[in-house]
Amino acid sequence: MKILVCISKAPDTTAKIAFKDNNTAFDENNVQFIVNPYDEWYALVRALELKETLGGTVTTISVGEVDMDAIIRKAFAIGADDGVRIDAPATDAYFVAEQIATFAKQGAYDLILTGKETIDYNGSSVGGMIAEMLNLPFVSLATKLDLSGTTATLECDIDGGTEVLECNLPLVISAAKGMAEARIPNMRGIMAARTKALQVIAATTADKLTEIKSYTLAPGRTTCKMIDAENAASLIDMLHNEAKVI
Amino acid sequence: MSVLVYTEVSKGKIKKASLEAVNYAAAMATQMGTTTTAIIINSAEASLDDLGKAGANKVLQLTNSAVNTSDSQVMTRIINHAAEAENAQLIIFSNDLTAKAVAPRLAARLKAGYIAGAIAHPIMEGNAFTINKNVFSGKAIASCYTNSAKKIISLLPNTFPVQTTGTPVAPTSFEVPSEMLTSQIKVKEVKRESNELSLPEAELVVSAGRGMKGPENWGMVEELAKELGAATACSRPVSDIGWRPHHEHVGQTGLAIRPNLYIAIGISGAIQHLAGVNGSKTIVVINKDPEAPFFKSADYGIVGDAFEVVPKLIEAVKKFKAAHH
Repeated sequence: MKILVCISKAPDTTAKIAFKDNNTAFDENNVQFIVNPYDEWYALVRALELKETLGGTVTTISVGEVDMDAIIRKAFAIGADDGVRIDAPATDAYFVAEQIATFAKQGAYDLILTGKETIDYNGSSVGGMIAEMLNLPFVSLATKLDLSGTTATLECDIDGGTEVLECNLPLVISAAKGMAEARIPNMRGIMAARTKALQVIAATTADKLTEIKSYTLAPGRTTCKMIDAENAASLIDMLHNEAKVI
Repeated sequence: MSVLVYTEVSKGKIKKASLEAVNYAAAMATQMGTTTTAIIINSAEASLDDLGKAGANKVLQLTNSAVNTSDSQVMTRIINHAAEAENAQLIIFSNDLTAKAVAPRLAARLKAGYIAGAIAHPIMEGNAFTINKNVFSGKAIASCYTNSAKKIISLLPNTFPVQTTGTPVAPTSFEVPSEMLTSQIKVKEVKRESNELSLPEAELVVSAGRGMKGPENWGMVEELAKELGAATACSRPVSDIGWRPHHEHVGQTGLAIRPNLYIAIGISGAIQHLAGVNGSKTIVVINKDPEAPFFKSADYGIVGDAFEVVPKLIEAVKKFKAAHH
């Protein structure tokens, strides 16, 4: 079983979001970066669980510059066997997908996993694009993944319920909550991470189809109107007459 | 040339999010001096009048039980076929589960600039579009630019109110070559919780967290939701310890929702939770801790014990309903 897991970096979930250069770039000062939680908790951990029961390898792939290496080592500490970094800034989903698809074509992977989305740009795009570029089936936002021989059984949320899907490998999957539980790297994993192979390769030529021109912070809420607990019932009238939401 | 918009039916009606997407597509078509074509697959007995009323000039109706709508490859081929037939350079989705599975594939196939989760109408300058979307889980807004020949935009649900003031159009039957329907994905089972309101589509949501002390106390949360006609949701710790199902978890790593009303009961308001709900129009926070950070992001706050406050709210909603019917 050869599994490729797409890993990206994301600002820590508690990071203060600010912009620089006249609001055209994210201010990374004092921002702690983490493995994008969907990539780590769900995609990577499930890949490792499958490897542990079925044998095989788990390779991570990332598109990014040198500051990505610490993130990839974190994935190694959790248990990935080796990793690849394509040396280019990850600014556009199509560009990133084309880099990963170009690499994956040479590797005959049985499974390619991504997280549901990155928690910074929230595009939920790269997995589907890779699948199309490789002409492979794609299951989006899977909450469960099991393998039996070369057949994958998956569960996905649908409107008002869930569905169970079956598909032969190879297959591209984006992983959502439920697929696995987060793992905390142990000391042995952290030590081993230092010596695992991290291959850096040059980016291929690919188009960028979108570009972020500027950022603004989302407007906050002005003031919270406090209602006395004794008088809680008055909330309902306010929601009707003032907020006009009921 | 036309603008193509993908639409869906749920529970015998065109989905509200689809109508929002049709409104959005029609506004762009007007600006571009062209028309709007909606496509709908296996809509069964549902009336398609609302598509025309929401602004579609033409409705392509594909009825074929062999279509596996759970297969993004099949769906990509079908929508691509419709886009070719309609000479559409711009394709609109609602940013729902289907869009997440299909829109990126279609974008890769068409080499189209794809803006996922738009929250505004584009600014058009010639062929170039600049569109706002939420980033950093709702903490910021990015102004995204694309100048590619073809474009795909998915609209964040519940961004604009639906308008259905137009005229219904008779649907046009749409067919695709059978080889496009070849599917590698088998649907083994569909489990629907039929009475449950779909959380991403719900306009009103009642959510609760650890402050409820245990799953056995959720009765009052469910009752308040039922009286309001709201969906129920929960915080991450509560779904992690199994008090509530995973699909109810809203927050950074769960579901991001933006209802008109979000009532949070016994949820402290960690930044990760806020990331999933900060797009809600009105937020009510009920917490016995006056220092709970959630109050800073709320429109209405009640400092008090959920076990005393919630029953009062249930009574108040009952009275309100009696007075307004």
